[in-house]
Amino acid sequence: MSALGAPLRRLEGTAKVTGAARYSFEHTPDGCVYAWPVQSTAAMSRIIAIDVDAVLAMPGVVDVITADDAERLEDADDGELMVLQSSNVAYRGQVVALVVAESLETAREAATRLRVDYQTGDVDAVLEPGHPKLYAPDEVNAGFPTDTSVGDIDQALAQAHAVVDHTYSTPAQFNSPMEPHATVATWSDGRLDVFESSQGSSSTVQILSTLFGIPAADITVDSQHVGGGFGAKGSPRPNVVLAVMAARRVGRPVKLAYTRQMMFALAGYRTPTFSRIRLAAGEDGRLLGLAHDAISQTSTIEEFTEQTAESSRHMYAAPHRSTSHRVAALDVPTPRWMRAPGEMPGMFALESAIDELAHEMGIDPVELRVLNEPASDPESGKDFSSRHLVDCLRRGAAAFGWEGRDPAPGVRRDGRWLVGTGVASALYPAMVMPSSARVTARRDGDYLVEINAADIGTGARTVLAQVTADRLGVDVDRVDIRIGVSSLPQASIAGGSAGTASWGWAVSKASLALVDRLKDEAVPDDGLSAEADTADDIEAMADVDRHAYGAHFAEVRVDLDSGEIAVSRMLGVFAAGRILNSRTARSQFIGGMTMGVSGALHEHGVMDAVHGDYANHDLATYHVAACADVPDIRVEWLDEHDDQLNPVGGKGIGEIGNVGAAAAVANAVWHATGVRVRDLPIQPDALVRHLPMRG
Amino acid sequence: MKPLTYERPATLDEAVSLLGRGEVPTSLLAGGTNLVDLLKLDVESPQLLVDVNHLGLDRIDDTPNGGLMIGATVRNSDLAADPRVRERYPLLARALLSAASGQIRNMATTAGNLMQRTRCVYFMDATKPCNKREPGSGCPAVEGASRELGLLGTSDSCIATHPGDMAVALVALDAVVHFVAADGAGTIPIGDFHRLPGDDPSLDTTLPAGAIITAVEVPPLAFASTSTYRKARDRRSYAFALASVAAAIDVDGDTVRDIRIALGGVSPRPWRAHAAEELLRGAPATADSFRAAAEAELAAATPTGENALKVDLVVRLVTGVLLELTGSER
Repeated sequence: MSALGAPLRRLEGTAKVTGAARYSFEHTPDGCVYAWPVQSTAAMSRIIAIDVDAVLAMPGVVDVITADDAERLEDADDGELMVLQSSNVAYRGQVVALVVAESLETAREAATRLRVDYQTGDVDAVLEPGHPKLYAPDEVNAGFPTDTSVGDIDQALAQAHAVVDHTYSTPAQFNSPMEPHATVATWSDGRLDVFESSQGSSSTVQILSTLFGIPAADITVDSQHVGGGFGAKGSPRPNVVLAVMAARRVGRPVKLAYTRQMMFALAGYRTPTFSRIRLAAGEDGRLLGLAHDAISQTSTIEEFTEQTAESSRHMYAAPHRSTSHRVAALDVPTPRWMRAPGEMPGMFALESAIDELAHEMGIDPVELRVLNEPASDPESGKDFSSRHLVDCLRRGAAAFGWEGRDPAPGVRRDGRWLVGTGVASALYPAMVMPSSARVTARRDGDYLVEINAADIGTGARTVLAQVTADRLGVDVDRVDIRIGVSSLPQASIAGGSAGTASWGWAVSKASLALVDRLKDEAVPDDGLSAEADTADDIEAMADVDRHAYGAHFAEVRVDLDSGEIAVSRMLGVFAAGRILNSRTARSQFIGGMTMGVSGALHEHGVMDAVHGDYANHDLATYHVAACADVPDIRVEWLDEHDDQLNPVGGKGIGEIGNVGAAAAVANAVWHATGVRVRDLPIQPDALVRHLPMRG
Repeated sequence: MKPLTYERPATLDEAVSLLGRGEVPTSLLAGGTNLVDLLKLDVESPQLLVDVNHLGLDRIDDTPNGGLMIGATVRNSDLAADPRVRERYPLLARALLSAASGQIRNMATTAGNLMQRTRCVYFMDATKPCNKREPGSGCPAVEGASRELGLLGTSDSCIATHPGDMAVALVALDAVVHFVAADGAGTIPIGDFHRLPGDDPSLDTTLPAGAIITAVEVPPLAFASTSTYRKARDRRSYAFALASVAAAIDVDGDTVRDIRIALGGVSPRPWRAHAAEELLRGAPATADSFRAAAEAELAAATPTGENALKVDLVVRLVTGVLLELTGSER
């Protein structure tokens, strides 16, 4: 029986729960010292003086590195990584010095005592529609075009039977993985060894090679266990650059970990977004036009433009369409990837607007979506590799009990609660990135698969062992797997929901090559190996549109006394190709939906406009959903076969659970209360005055 | 975190004498659930920590008049689970259980809970001005991130809230704080224990310098059997109150005979709603009178731009809680 699809437990589960699995910071090389970043307490400013001597005199302090004496780095095309290269400060919380000491406690205390004088200017840190610094970037994240246009959207709006024209916003959101970023760096004999909490150590090696001007072959980055990332560890952050710089300079291994508070300035986050959605519908509910104009922020040292309107290019049929992105470079920390960059905020906006249109036209929200299902990609005209959104909506509606739903808002009461339900669609691109792998047959009859994949808690290690076992036709317990070290065959990052597809393809190809060799060759003492690289295969793929789809259904209860919202149950139905491990897949879907609930109701980075940082920079004040907030979440998936993806047949599941979930909750809040909240998170503030009084 | 000395006295006398020396800035360490964070964040920098976990102050005793004497280091979890607390003072048990997380409640103590500091984000960030942390440095909250902060009893210099839940119930119950100091023992009514900031927000309480809380006495209150605690918050666990209500009510027919109401999350002190109580004694037990009383209590509120929500929230919470306790919803 094939190992694919089986609910295999995580191979490293026991090691993790017993503490045997060591995360980056748990490595302590002999003779190591500790580094502590000193963060700017001024926003956009210039450093006038740093009193290094006073801190150097403290017992146990080894070194203090500042922009005055830090080694010069080569530009690796990420301004956020050019640490300690300039006396200019771009945002509050940027690193202005690094203290190195014999103990963590000394390093921390010395860092707080380091006196830094700044020449400050006005702070411009609040993104608003119409901000004078908004401009059109050359492209947006992931290389998507900034603007697109088909037909004449203005004409469609003018001729429409019904028009929806509203602006929706999402706040700054922080990835908040359990394990903060951490690095342990050791230089010896010109070689660099790094333990780094990373979603992709192959790319970390390349970037360190560029920054420090040493051959990639002389660098090893080990990321065998990673405590979550959600995009924040998808590319190196300042921590690894600082640790490597300090280790080279002091000639000893250096350990550096962010505090939770540092994560809010130095780890990346999802930019706040504003999305203006305009929908023009004909009398029958079919869309004539669809426009999505998005704005977001970036920092002054690195341009990052969230692709907020990208999903609106693919969701619904409409002959007239237009999308745009504008970004403002503000005195703020540099935003970066967070689970479903673009799709999460963009689909909150679009799927809220579709719900508004459904109400305005008196059409059931599920039916309105079905009515606007395109036959091919609505903007490019490309064929779909497969698209089963309607099946997700239909199956979800049946399983959730949508049929017979009273569309009237604000009329269902249960004790002191108002009750409502909502639906929203989801999509996420099915991507694949070049990777390589090696599979070895051993004399003892077991197999070893090696690939520099990253398991950030998803179960990647387990799934890749399953793919290998399936291709070799053996039990999974015959397969050893090594991942998470850059000396292994190079592989893509755990990002873009593309890890399993990309790595699985390489592992599959190498396994099949090994099976071929084993037909003619005996296994020598040191084993028989086959390697594979998928770059050419990916290059040769047909030019079709590949996306995974899903439908979220949510039921919420709103407390009449307080405006507090509880999501009482939720269902997600997904069409994401072949599901390779039903246990870990379910966990990822549930995790994504939980993040969607968290974004809908809780998460809110509050900008301190005076000081220029996110004021609520810890997990007591930046609220991530607690267990008590997470409802009865059910996940189902369609048995979808798509032979235009990759040999393992999966579309990727890491992010789609977080796409559309917030809109389903917001639409349910409207159905419960009659109050349309277009700005996340939905908190009592927006509801309490509008709810009927009890008694 | 600055270097400090740690002492673990075995007796109350020893602890009082350590504290009474007053040679260096000193803090008492009980559960440490707030203080340890503050040490790490450089918000507090005592040079001496006196551990009071081993002084035998962890008992809950009946008082002769039917109340309870709660030892200073009784853990929040233990207090919430005590059958006498659950039976006599449902509002106190519920307030305790609505706070923090299970892990924190297992560590947090009765006295430590009273002494916890505000969680205002400016107070908690030693790189920003804060009149409570650094007198005279200013209050950025008034014009800044104030959604969670206070609107009753605040001043221009500080709008921080007492963040706790337990103390709100204790204020409704007219509890009494017992302490000892070098010059003897004393008591403070809980309603006078937390200070309003005025122009000196640095002191949170009226506890004399050098004093150690030994117990909190809760007097008997027959109608506390009809009592509860409700807390509105931004997530359903591990969040401080946007606003909370502790209430007990005694209804005779359709008329309110007696009532206790205290509010959390709205003021530097757990706020006893004296004005509302006064209006309601003898008034009909109806939604209209509950609402009017709550509105009267909030008449003196001075919300910021960001926390005006709390006015509506408190009125609704008070009304809803009293409707529920009296079963008088139409």
